Amino acid sequence: MTTRIVELRRGILKKNDELAAGLRASYAAAGVLVLNLVSSPGTGKTTFLERTLRELKARGSRVAALVGDLETDNDARRLATSGAPVRQINTHGICHLDAEMIGRHLESWEDVTLDGLDFLFIENVGNLVCPSSYDLGEKIRVVLLSVTEGEDKPLKYPAMFNSADAAVITKIDIAEVCGYDRELALRNINEIRPGIRIFETSAKTGAGMEEWLGYLADERSRRN
Amino acid sequence: MHELSIVTSIVETVTETLAALPDSSRGARVLEVRLRVGVLASVIPESLEFCYGIASEGTPLEGSRLVVNLLPVVVHCATCAQDAELEGVQSFRCPRCGEPCNEMRQGRELEIDSIEIDDGEVKQ
Repeated sequence: MTTRIVELRRGILKKNDELAAGLRASYAAAGVLVLNLVSSPGTGKTTFLERTLRELKARGSRVAALVGDLETDNDARRLATSGAPVRQINTHGICHLDAEMIGRHLESWEDVTLDGLDFLFIENVGNLVCPSSYDLGEKIRVVLLSVTEGEDKPLKYPAMFNSADAAVITKIDIAEVCGYDRELALRNINEIRPGIRIFETSAKTGAGMEEWLGYLADERSRRN
Repeated sequence: MHELSIVTSIVETVTETLAALPDSSRGARVLEVRLRVGVLASVIPESLEFCYGIASEGTPLEGSRLVVNLLPVVVHCATCAQDAELEGVQSFRCPRCGEPCNEMRQGRELEIDSIEIDDGEVKQ
């Protein structure tokens, strides 16, 4: 038996990374700020995004959203009430969005071209594990955490929290009744991702939304 | 739970590598596939191994071993001006000075390092 070692040194997700790099270049060329929203199921991504789309539209921004879900188009229909163009991506059991899905849905999207947008939001499948491995070419990865989920979530899902560029706490309007420990939640997020920008929001009451929208405007103008 | 798609990608990549080998290696059998996996890569080694058996069936990788080399997180500490290995993933602070560290040097790898193949059955 003649055995030998062949060196490969090849990224397993290389195909996704290459596609994501292509997407990133096309977002930059079009001048659109792209955000990837990740969280557990039930954190309130859709409600938060619906309000964000509505407010940005009211301020004259051109916005659109791609929304990933295993099966239904419920989230897309909810988001569409904001008046923004929304496209559903059904993954049929796949636990994350990948760059190929994003590219394919952008290319065949008749109502939307990247050139005609200021912001594109991608609402990922509700899952704090798998989406962390898949680059979608986004500029900003936003991890969301609701006050009902437990302050130790960042410690339980360090790969996702550590890969995020901004964190949004949702449902702060019910923080008190949930016994939410604000100081502990903020400390845990900072332990995993030191210095990350954190927004404390309620899409229901509008609390914290001004600060979030200001951040989006700043990030968008930094691109131009 | 995306280990099956990761393993499928490993099988594809290794199969392509074998196909690109010179003629003298045609029919080579894979004995071992070695991975470098960062502790923040979001994959579970046991899950990879489980899926590997299924995904490699009927391919030149069938029956081979999957060896996962887990890599700890290494951060760069600006205060100490040095890299430092973290013991876990619950706190991103420099183990020397205790300052928070945001600059990662290692920990997200998900790559095929090398493969061990058997050319032995090929008659020249």
